[in-house]
Amino acid sequence: MTDFLQLLISGLATGAIYALAAIGFTLLWQTSQTINFAQGEFVMVPAFLALIAMRWFGVPFVASLVLAILASMLLLGVAFRYIIVGPLIRRGVLPLVISTIALSILLKESVKDFYSAEAQTFPTLLPDTLITVAGVSVSLAQLGVLAVALVTIVLLQWFLAGTRTGRQMQATAQNPTVARILGVPVERMILYTFLINAALAAMASLLVSPIYLAKFSNGETLGLIAFVAAIVGGFNQVRGAIAGGLLIGVLDNLAAAYVSTAYRQAIPLILLVLVILFRPQGLLGRKEERAV
Amino acid sequence: MLRKTLAVASIAIGGLWAPAGFAQDIVIPNIIELSGGGATVGAMWKNGSSMAVEEINASGGILGKKIKLEFIDTASDPGKARAAMQRALDDKPVAIFGPIYSGSVSATLKMTADAEVPQVMGGEAGPLTAQGSKYLFRTSFGQNVSMPKIANYLRDGAKAKTVAVVYVNNDFGKGGRDAITKELAARDIKVVADISTEAGQADFAADVIKLKGANADAIFVYLNEEESARFLREAKKQGLNKPLVGETTLLGQKVIDLAGDAANGVKGHVGLTVDAPVPAIQEFGKKYEAKYKSKPDHNGVKGYIAPYMIKAAAEKAGKLDGKAIAAALHGMTITPDKVPGILIEATWDDTGEIDRISFLGEVKDGKQVITETLPKLKK
Repeated sequence: MTDFLQLLISGLATGAIYALAAIGFTLLWQTSQTINFAQGEFVMVPAFLALIAMRWFGVPFVASLVLAILASMLLLGVAFRYIIVGPLIRRGVLPLVISTIALSILLKESVKDFYSAEAQTFPTLLPDTLITVAGVSVSLAQLGVLAVALVTIVLLQWFLAGTRTGRQMQATAQNPTVARILGVPVERMILYTFLINAALAAMASLLVSPIYLAKFSNGETLGLIAFVAAIVGGFNQVRGAIAGGLLIGVLDNLAAAYVSTAYRQAIPLILLVLVILFRPQGLLGRKEERAV
Repeated sequence: MLRKTLAVASIAIGGLWAPAGFAQDIVIPNIIELSGGGATVGAMWKNGSSMAVEEINASGGILGKKIKLEFIDTASDPGKARAAMQRALDDKPVAIFGPIYSGSVSATLKMTADAEVPQVMGGEAGPLTAQGSKYLFRTSFGQNVSMPKIANYLRDGAKAKTVAVVYVNNDFGKGGRDAITKELAARDIKVVADISTEAGQADFAADVIKLKGANADAIFVYLNEEESARFLREAKKQGLNKPLVGETTLLGQKVIDLAGDAANGVKGHVGLTVDAPVPAIQEFGKKYEAKYKSKPDHNGVKGYIAPYMIKAAAEKAGKLDGKAIAAALHGMTITPDKVPGILIEATWDDTGEIDRISFLGEVKDGKQVITETLPKLKK
């Protein structure tokens, strides 16, 4: 039982990171039909922005975290929206998807060439102190990841459902034409979505890097897992992405411990196949029917 | 008249110097892991080999010719390594350096054998030199040499009767796991847990829980650099209190830097290290650190000795010819008094396997400390 709890908490902490990245997939898809295959790199880049601020310009740690989030919102939010998505979305979903794949390569190679190909240690906000409760050892840093991720998710849900801007964003996601008729500033709402996505990706980056090290290739697996999490949970629901992320984090650990370490990577993909076969809208997603 | 003389002179100078400066350089392709999972090892190798080539060129080159290294990225992918090797061999080089990852070496060794070009590589998987290539040469111990030493240490040093093995699921890891399992069985040591992990794996919670459950006398950890660091951090977090024993990588400087406190207490066998009690190697470590602002690990040393191997063999053969260089290297012993760049006396046998002294060490206060020097296998 102790082992199970240990696996569960560790899995939830990892899963929370997947969830933060997966939410981005669903947000962008809902408001602008953008599938962002550079999402993994969006989670990799902010850690390096913080490292550049700290090591090249000597900015204090906390200030460089704030700077990294702001720079990410500018670079991965505003610039991404207006330089890549804006001009390309008019040409259909496929050219945009291919462009995001190209963007992922560009970001990865840029970090490799301009910073380093080697993994970097990343300072942590919370100390690595161990807390042991009923035989379960959890580091404060790991609990912090889980707490920050969950608080971010709760705040996001509150923002989307409880504020006027959030409801306008939802209206834009559900039907941009009607939203525009009702006076919702659709373009601005779409930009907000990109900003939120960039901020969430930056949060995930700053949370995950102290534990798993910052490396230019981190986005490869993270992006793939977050994509699978979004599909498993439901691509058109934020809560689906959260559930998908947490589920895969936990499942990965449980599969490694109780099934086989050798086949741990196969388990999320088997889950993906099962979901696509039996519940294509995802575990918490809603059915979408589009007029042709 | 003056103008004519100057024109003739300039043509003569141009004709003699310019083409001579470029065409006579020996180009050695370095097909290594500059990105992907092996980027850390590739960067070390690249720096080490560049340093050696600068020194060799400054002292007159090889048989009067300068060396130029050409770096080609395998992206840590055997398929890309193979394609890069094909392109490199089309130019008929005198030698090839790399790859470092065993999987990529395995995918390319037949190509260099067919082209009769010596391949000085960094792979450590046991089976690489057992495939009959007359052109493959190691810069570090193969697992067939290092694992018996580790098994002896587990039996005599750690006094283990049961061992848990955790390895990375690639050619390097599986080769090591097969070799250590065989060696442990020969010493009546029981393997009570056999845990496979993935390259690039981030979360080691489940693996550490399984290791705790196995309750072995010692744990043999055989992972690549970053995964080693993540594993050590998780092991410390969960309070895994069994001796952690590794081979070279686990005690490497990169792992120590990345794992921080969690690396303290790790023990094992070290094939190559700049902390070895050998003045030449320590001197190399200082020069490298001054130049690249980071401490080299064994991959830096491996990259550094590769050009010196070719230099010594070419000078023994008396010509810059791949076939002659390979033939000269077989059975050759290179000593630091004749070739200082080789750092430690080393011998290559007919299969390209290397033999030299090695070390037992442990990590204390964030530093690798060598506790014992093991002799060469064959005198």
